Amino acid sequence: MSGFKTHTGKAASLKRDHVDTDQIIPKQFLKKIDKAGYGEFLFYDWRYHSQDQENPDFELNKEETKGSSILITGQNFGCGSSREHAPWALKDYGFHVIIAESFADIFFNNCVKNGILPIRLSEKEIQQLYTDGSDTVINQLTVNLEDQQVINEQGDRFDFDFDPYWKKMLINGWDEISVTLQYEDKIKQYEKERIVS
Amino acid sequence: MGKTIIDKLWESHVVAKEVNKPDLLYIDLHLLHEVTSPQAFAGLREKNRKVRRPDLCFATMDHNIPTVDRFNIKDETSRLQVETLEKNCEEFGIKLEGLDSQKQGIVHVIGPELGLTLPGKTIVCGDSHTSTHGAFGALAFGIGTSEVEHVLATQTLWQNKPKQMNVKIEGELGYGVTAKDVILWFIAKYGTNAGTGHIIEFSGSTVRSFTMEERMTLCNMSIEAGAKASVVAPDEKTFAYMDGKAYAPKGNEFKEKCQEWKNLATDEDAVFDQVIEINAADIEPMITWGTTPSMCLPVSGQIPTAESASSAEEKQSIKNALSYMGFKGHEKLENVEVQHVFIGSCTNSRLSDLLEASALVKGKEVHPGVRAIVVPGSQSVKKEAESLGIHQIFLDAGFEWRDSGCSMCLGMNDDIVPEGERCASTSNRNFAGRQGKGARTHLVSPIMAAAAAIHGKFTDVRSMLQNQNPEVDRYVGI
Repeated sequence: MSGFKTHTGKAASLKRDHVDTDQIIPKQFLKKIDKAGYGEFLFYDWRYHSQDQENPDFELNKEETKGSSILITGQNFGCGSSREHAPWALKDYGFHVIIAESFADIFFNNCVKNGILPIRLSEKEIQQLYTDGSDTVINQLTVNLEDQQVINEQGDRFDFDFDPYWKKMLINGWDEISVTLQYEDKIKQYEKERIVS
Repeated sequence: MGKTIIDKLWESHVVAKEVNKPDLLYIDLHLLHEVTSPQAFAGLREKNRKVRRPDLCFATMDHNIPTVDRFNIKDETSRLQVETLEKNCEEFGIKLEGLDSQKQGIVHVIGPELGLTLPGKTIVCGDSHTSTHGAFGALAFGIGTSEVEHVLATQTLWQNKPKQMNVKIEGELGYGVTAKDVILWFIAKYGTNAGTGHIIEFSGSTVRSFTMEERMTLCNMSIEAGAKASVVAPDEKTFAYMDGKAYAPKGNEFKEKCQEWKNLATDEDAVFDQVIEINAADIEPMITWGTTPSMCLPVSGQIPTAESASSAEEKQSIKNALSYMGFKGHEKLENVEVQHVFIGSCTNSRLSDLLEASALVKGKEVHPGVRAIVVPGSQSVKKEAESLGIHQIFLDAGFEWRDSGCSMCLGMNDDIVPEGERCASTSNRNFAGRQGKGARTHLVSPIMAAAAAIHGKFTDVRSMLQNQNPEVDRYVGI
């Protein structure tokens, strides 16, 4: 996985709370056995009225959000099922960053493991990300993981918290399993002392 | 300062502890199923890695499989997923209870049933309802597929220790009020993110009085309150349940283990980050009316309107939910007609759930406007129910009696609720589209589902229990 240091892009606004993973990717698309190609099914029931008819009212179908790589949303994003197909779909669609008031725990971890940066900002801070005079459009945001800052078009900077370990993993794009396999001696020692069976 | 059960479970599994890093936790049991594992096995194969401890892994198929004519999986992609699990288990040497096994069932039903789930263990599975196993005093939580791969390769996970919440439930539940109503009530009152970033210990006299099955129902839906995991301290009921289970320790070893497990209980002077106290007597039979589990009311309730919202976001979410669910607002829940009843899922498909529901339907008939199905949580539950004649009670009343699986809880197989129709469901999620595109799900307890099946609409089950029918009463904890 390539490292994540900074990202600049257009943001799409999905002003909803408690978006569950069933909405992010409905169950009928969980039957594949690989990780690729989920983007076309992202928010499927919201994006499409029927198989070949888009819902023009859905936020991501609007002209001004086309080409977005940052998703802005509300509280408890990604609640529900543990399906990692949700971040796979978001990434495949083109999202690199998700900014929300809060995230569900499993979804948050699943994002980090797939090189998507989930950022928590307050409702008030999120309001200030919007392009002047708009409550739907954000033309450009820059996210800097090293400095832990989101920078809006006006140059205002918003600090965010991030776990130091996962920050390091993301910035370097390290394979987590390779890192853990270096702890083999400690794992063996633990098994020996506790006789895990 | 004393330690909580959560501290004790956590600390006994730390393999490595370093500054500025999460703890590296050892995983004692890794449950696998067909939907969230294929990419994890593929990842191992790609890097030429092995499964570190296949003996601590255990697999079954449950999400995708048919509940009628179970060996005939018509959907090609479902069949491929099931076959992929079979191949992966064979290649990596993992024990699989497949479709042809009498031990097959929903992963969260068979773990405890087989004695794989034990107090003091860390348990993970690529499924959010892994929280169920916390009922036994295990630290159990759902993980994503990358973490599944990590556990397969290393038998560990990097985890930051969550905050801790004590949810104390005291007193006796009212007549006809079940564990399902307790957890629905909790989510309705405190919200779907009440537990985010926390592990919950459920304690108090109500929880102590619960059977293991009731504790499982409670812990199962703690994820719907956003909790990382939930746990109930093991006690004599836990030990009695585990005694004699296939994979549980036997004889003297079991006795010694019971002593050890007793010590897991939270110390008297331990401190939680948050404490919530609940009076069991406040809880009524509950029904969800909307599209998140917190949109839930007592059976006597009236569906809200968007005007009752306290913020613009809430107003919009009530509006969306009312529109999806086909309500205008102000309707009385008790008059809402249902076309489907589903008794099943990892929340409510165990023998006790089926016994309670069957006691209520005995000698009655499913309403002509209703299609009702019972999907036992495992083939063992099915067999046991059949030996008790429970299946006949359901069949005589007009229910369908199926093979085990996740079924209509998420409709990955053919068990789907058609668009615009309503289902009284004993499952755990009422998200839009969960049971089928446009399907309208109402979460309820098994006895409330049975009552809805008979009347064709939601009915306060307590009105049906007023006859003091001893057979019914026995199963509703009176």
